Amino acid sequence: MRTQSHLRIGDQPWVKWSLITLALTLVFLLLLVPLIAIFVQAFSGGVSSYWQNLTDRYTLHAIGLTLFVAALTVPINLVFGVFLAWLVTRFEFPGRKLLITLIDIPFAVSPVVAGLLYLLLYGANGWIGSRLMDQDVQLMFAWPGILMVTVFVTCPFVARELIPLMQQQGREEEEAGVTLGASGWQLFRRVTLPNIQWALLYGVVLTNARAVGEFGAVSVVSGNIRGETNTLPLHVELLYQDYNTVGAFTSASLLAGIALLTLFVKSFVEWRQARQRAALSEDEA
Amino acid sequence: MKLVKNAKSIALALALGLSAVPAWAADQRLLNSSYDISRELFASYNEHFAAVWKEKTGKNVEVRQSHGGSSRQAQAIIEGLRADVVTFNQVTDVDILHERGRLLPEDWREQLPNASSPYYSTMAYLVRKGNPKGIQNWDDLARAEVSSVFPNPKTSGNGRYTYLAAYGYAQKAFAGDEAQIDEFVKTFLSRVAVFDTGGRGATTTFVERGIGDVLITFESEVNNIIAEYPDQGFEVVVPKVSFLAEFPVAVVERHAQRNGNLDLARAYLEELYSEEAQRLLAGFSYRVHNEVVQAEFAEQFPELELLTIEEIAGSWSNAMEVHFGNNGKLDQLQRR
Repeated sequence: MRTQSHLRIGDQPWVKWSLITLALTLVFLLLLVPLIAIFVQAFSGGVSSYWQNLTDRYTLHAIGLTLFVAALTVPINLVFGVFLAWLVTRFEFPGRKLLITLIDIPFAVSPVVAGLLYLLLYGANGWIGSRLMDQDVQLMFAWPGILMVTVFVTCPFVARELIPLMQQQGREEEEAGVTLGASGWQLFRRVTLPNIQWALLYGVVLTNARAVGEFGAVSVVSGNIRGETNTLPLHVELLYQDYNTVGAFTSASLLAGIALLTLFVKSFVEWRQARQRAALSEDEA
Repeated sequence: MKLVKNAKSIALALALGLSAVPAWAADQRLLNSSYDISRELFASYNEHFAAVWKEKTGKNVEVRQSHGGSSRQAQAIIEGLRADVVTFNQVTDVDILHERGRLLPEDWREQLPNASSPYYSTMAYLVRKGNPKGIQNWDDLARAEVSSVFPNPKTSGNGRYTYLAAYGYAQKAFAGDEAQIDEFVKTFLSRVAVFDTGGRGATTTFVERGIGDVLITFESEVNNIIAEYPDQGFEVVVPKVSFLAEFPVAVVERHAQRNGNLDLARAYLEELYSEEAQRLLAGFSYRVHNEVVQAEFAEQFPELELLTIEEIAGSWSNAMEVHFGNNGKLDQLQRR
C-alpha cells in the first residue's frame, strides 16, 4: 500500500502534469514548429513554384552531388567501421584502448576545424597540397575534397555502433566457426555479419544522414561553385543569401524529408535490434 | 542476400549521382569568383558574354560561378580555388590576392577603365511605408526618435561602407571639425538598433522582425529587397551625399594562365564595359559609367554627391587601420 509519506518528488499530479506540459511545449516549439515551418515556407509560392525551384538546374546538381558523396562515403566508412570494430573487439594488442579513443576524434573536433585542417594540408599552400598542385591534382575546391571531409566527419558512426555489440557478443561463435574450418570470408558472412547486421544498418543510416546534411566542413573546402561543388546544405544557404527564400526552403524541405526518412528507418532498426537483444538474452538464460 | 542487395542499391545511387553531374558541351570554361548576392546578375551577363564570344571566336564558353562573402572568396583563391577572374564588392579583397598570393600584379586597378570598377553603387535607405519618420539624409539618422539597422562594420563590407558614408557626410557638414564629426558619428552609431554580422541578417532584422525605421544597404540591393517583400510597401530614399561603393574586377593572372584562359578572362571583363552589358548592369540597379545608358536610366538613379575612399580616409589600407583596426575610430566612437 502506498501512503502519502512515500510519495517521491514528481509523484504529485500537479508536478507530473506541469513537467509533461513543459516537455511537450518545448518539443513542439523547438522541434515540431520549425519542421512544419520549412514545409510551409517551401510551399508558400504554391506547388508550381516548389516544382520549379526543385527542378532548377543547380538544385538538381546539388541533389546529385550530395547523393554521389553520400554513396561513396557510406561504403568507405562501412568497410572502415567493420574492420576497426572487428580489430578492437577480437584482438588484444598494445594501444587498443587508445585506438578506441581516437575513433571519436571526428566527434570531438568541430567540423569547421576539420575542414580547415584539410584545407591547410591539401590546399595550394599546404604541405601536401603544394606538391599535388605541381602534379595538377586538385583535391580541395573539387568533389574529392568534399568526399574527404565527409568521410572524416562521419567515420565514427559505424564503428561506434558495432563495438559495444561485438564486445557483448564475444568471440565464441567465431572461434567455433574457425574450429569447423570456415575461411575468413565464410566466417564473416555466415557468423559475424548476421550477428551485427542491424547494428551495422543503424550505423549506415546515421552515416548517411550526416553525410547528406554536413555543412561546416564541406563549406570550408567546397569553393561554392554552382553546378559543380555545391552540395544541398550549401545550396540552401546560397539561395537564402540570394533572397530566394522559397528556393532555399524547397531545398531545405528535401533535407528535412531525408531526416524524417532517417528517423523512420532508425526506429525500425532500433526495434529490430531490441528484438535481437531480447532473443540473445533468452538464449543465455 | 542482404549484402548483395545493399551493394545493388549503392551502385544504383552511385549511377544516379554520376549522371546528375553533367558533362558540358563547352569548348572553354571560365571560373568567376564573385560576391554572394550577384548570382542573377552574372547568370544574365554570362549568357550575354557567351553569345558575344561565340560570334567573335566561334567557340562555346561556359562561365562557372562561385559565390560567397568576398573576403572568404579571396581566401579560397589563395588556398587554391582556381578562379580565372574575380568580380568582388571590395577593393581590399582583390588587393589581398596580390599581397598574400602574388596572383595578380600590384597595379591591377590600372588594367581596366574606371579603376577596374565597371559598375558602382552607393549606400541608400530602405524605409517603411510612407516614410513615417521623414528620413531624407544622414542627419535624420542621428535624430533621437530614429533607429537604424545595418550590418556590423567590423564583420561586413556593407557595414563599413555605411559607416564611411556617415563619416564622410559629417566631414562635409562640419567642414572638417574633428570634434563635431566624432560627436555626430557617435550619435549616429548609438541609434543603431541591431548590428547583424552581414547584409542578409540585417535585412531579416528589419523586414521580418520589424526592428528599426531604416535599413541602410547598397542601392543595388534595396530593389531586390522590395521585390522579395512586395506587400510591405517599403520605399527607397537616396541621401544627398553618400559613399562611392566600387565593384572591382580583375583577372587572376596566375590562375588564368595556368588554366590557359588569359585571353578569355580579359575579354570577359572588358565586355562588362560595353554598352549592352552596362545596360544589363543598370537593369540590376547598379550605376554605370556609360553615358548613353546613364541617360536612359536617369530617373531610376537620382543624382547625389559621391564621396570616394580617398576623400574620406586617404586610402583603403589607411581606412582599415585608422577606422576599423583594433581600438580604431569605430571602437572609440562605439563606446557609450
